[in-house]
Amino acid sequence: MKGIGVSPGISIGRALRVVRQKAATTGILLSDDEAVREEVGRYKDAVNHSVKDIRTLITIQEGSTPPIGSVLPGAAADILEAHIEMLTDPQLESDILEQIRVGKKNASDAVLEVTGRLVETFRNMEDPYLSARAADIEDIAQRLLKHLGALPPQASSLEGSSLVTPGEGPALVTPGGGPVPTTPGEHSVPADLPFIIVADDLSPSDTIMMDLRRIAGFALQAGGSTSHAAIVARLRGIPAVVGCGTSLDKVADNDILVLDGATGQLWVNPGDNQLMELRRKKTALAENALLLASLKDVPARTVDGRRIRLLANISRVGDMKDAFQHGAEGVGLFRTEFLFMEKNSFPTEEEQFLAYRDLARASQGTPVTIRTLDIGGDKPLPYFPMPKEQNPFLGHRAIRISLDKKDIFLTQLKAILRASSFGRLKILVPMVSSMQELRAAKELFTTAKDELLQKDISFDRDIPFGIMIEVPSAAVIADLMAREADFFSIGTNDLCQYTMAADRMNDKVSHLCDPYHPAVLRLIHFVIQQAQLNNIPVSLCGEMAADPLATLLLTGMGLEEFSMNAPSIPTIKHIIVNSSMDKARQVLRQVMEFDDPSEITQYLQDINA
Amino acid sequence: MIEKEYIITAPEGMHARPATTLVRLAKNFTSVISICKDGKTVRLNSLLNILSLGIKGGDVLKVCIEGEDEVAAAEALDHFFAEV
Repeated sequence: MKGIGVSPGISIGRALRVVRQKAATTGILLSDDEAVREEVGRYKDAVNHSVKDIRTLITIQEGSTPPIGSVLPGAAADILEAHIEMLTDPQLESDILEQIRVGKKNASDAVLEVTGRLVETFRNMEDPYLSARAADIEDIAQRLLKHLGALPPQASSLEGSSLVTPGEGPALVTPGGGPVPTTPGEHSVPADLPFIIVADDLSPSDTIMMDLRRIAGFALQAGGSTSHAAIVARLRGIPAVVGCGTSLDKVADNDILVLDGATGQLWVNPGDNQLMELRRKKTALAENALLLASLKDVPARTVDGRRIRLLANISRVGDMKDAFQHGAEGVGLFRTEFLFMEKNSFPTEEEQFLAYRDLARASQGTPVTIRTLDIGGDKPLPYFPMPKEQNPFLGHRAIRISLDKKDIFLTQLKAILRASSFGRLKILVPMVSSMQELRAAKELFTTAKDELLQKDISFDRDIPFGIMIEVPSAAVIADLMAREADFFSIGTNDLCQYTMAADRMNDKVSHLCDPYHPAVLRLIHFVIQQAQLNNIPVSLCGEMAADPLATLLLTGMGLEEFSMNAPSIPTIKHIIVNSSMDKARQVLRQVMEFDDPSEITQYLQDINA
Repeated sequence: MIEKEYIITAPEGMHARPATTLVRLAKNFTSVISICKDGKTVRLNSLLNILSLGIKGGDVLKVCIEGEDEVAAAEALDHFFAEV
């Protein structure tokens, strides 16, 4: 069975089904004013009772130490407070009352109708956070319907007193109110096995009611990676698989269930051998995660003292937190494309300034390299028409567009400059292929600075201005480029496909696009050497930076800055802190002897094993 | 009537928690407070309406306050938006 893995980790547990009752509209119309008055009264009572329920829940939450806090300390109470505000929302009330008074619907039909529409509206919102609020509206609707008698009183099978007594007793209460059956079925189920919740979907109230310390995983029929259950699972580090579909119906209470929250795989009652293997995998994963997590605050230094900086590639300010959690020492590549793709027109200088300023503040004094707009035929903007090109990768893109549409480039440069007062920013220009382009870009950079100086706006006067080395022509003249650029950042993905003249998206030729081809390695080595000769910093921000096979080789070439997706940082750091520069240089010497990329890869695999 | 403009500085926009606080704050005043974004206007007494505006970081909100205690209400809003 397979779903979508939304919170990584392997969990082994016994299934506990949580059944959500669904209310259907009755379609009965109210006959007279007396009936209307009665339904209005019933609706208002239901609101009052629901609010009272939630207040009780909040009191229990606050009274428990440590907080049963299924979600996060304080967050559960915040969700519940928002639910009270929704239940008493004047807009909701007037919509529902209109359905009763004018539409002559009974209270439960009116609630179903109005909340149903609201849920749709929210679900269709672009912002994943807001679209996840649909679950909150469904949640309050369930409460109202329960009090209107349209659902059995235990609408949420999770509500029950023993649940909120942490530590002892069953983690949950079944719809009947009794404790979860622990008698094993056909297979013997160890009683100490934790629960894996099997449900259609989980509401915020459900997750608040659970003592999550006794829950090993979630397997849900519905939902996506932004559903409420997925968010809670990630916050609490509980493995979860969502979107499993109706195949989940086959799972019965107390079935042994194994789920892999990274791949989305599910196993129901696996055989002994398979179970043993899954247990081994679980232990290995946990040990590895622990080992890597223990490296988080350890500086990346080889055993003989060479200090390597490991930085993160990010696209949004929000990614900063995750980067730090993985031990990033700053941002080696901030892609600005998202800022442009999310809008319906070019973002203004002010809009960009605010975004870069937030980034600078979030970086907590660590360096942040901002790459200017890197768009082109294959990465279009909805509001910027780009004629179809026969060969978009060799076409009008990145710096070529920036130098052509100078006002767009200037606006971005000014916004970054203004934000440079708030942190250690650097500017990185993509796709430079000649000295003339570098000079033209620097000229505009000077213009941008002059404009700010004239307006008396402060900025970091020493902000470095560097270039991506991703076109072979730039790599070959790295000695010249290094005299006029403040730093280099090597983009191995493009450098590799341009050097090999092989499209990495084309299955027939992608094997040629091998970063371990001697030609690519020589170019990278030359660029690093030239940067060092000219005393400018050089980093590498392509996929190679995150490839454990390349770590020693690149370190041997003298690279001191690696920028990668944050989750790869601990793995790369683990290699560095266990190696010496001697070893790294030896690896480099050996690799440069080979002429066959597959020999190189084989050799690197052997030394890593 | 008092009219004010605020820029949302929190990158994530206005989430349920600050929105709940804002609605509750508005209830302390008798003035009618409405909030306007991209030409859409809603009363500040409805959490669902505020959430449905989809307020993002960097958005500019226009707020209109009308009533006897509008000055005090405006001050309270200034304070609220300065902290969010």
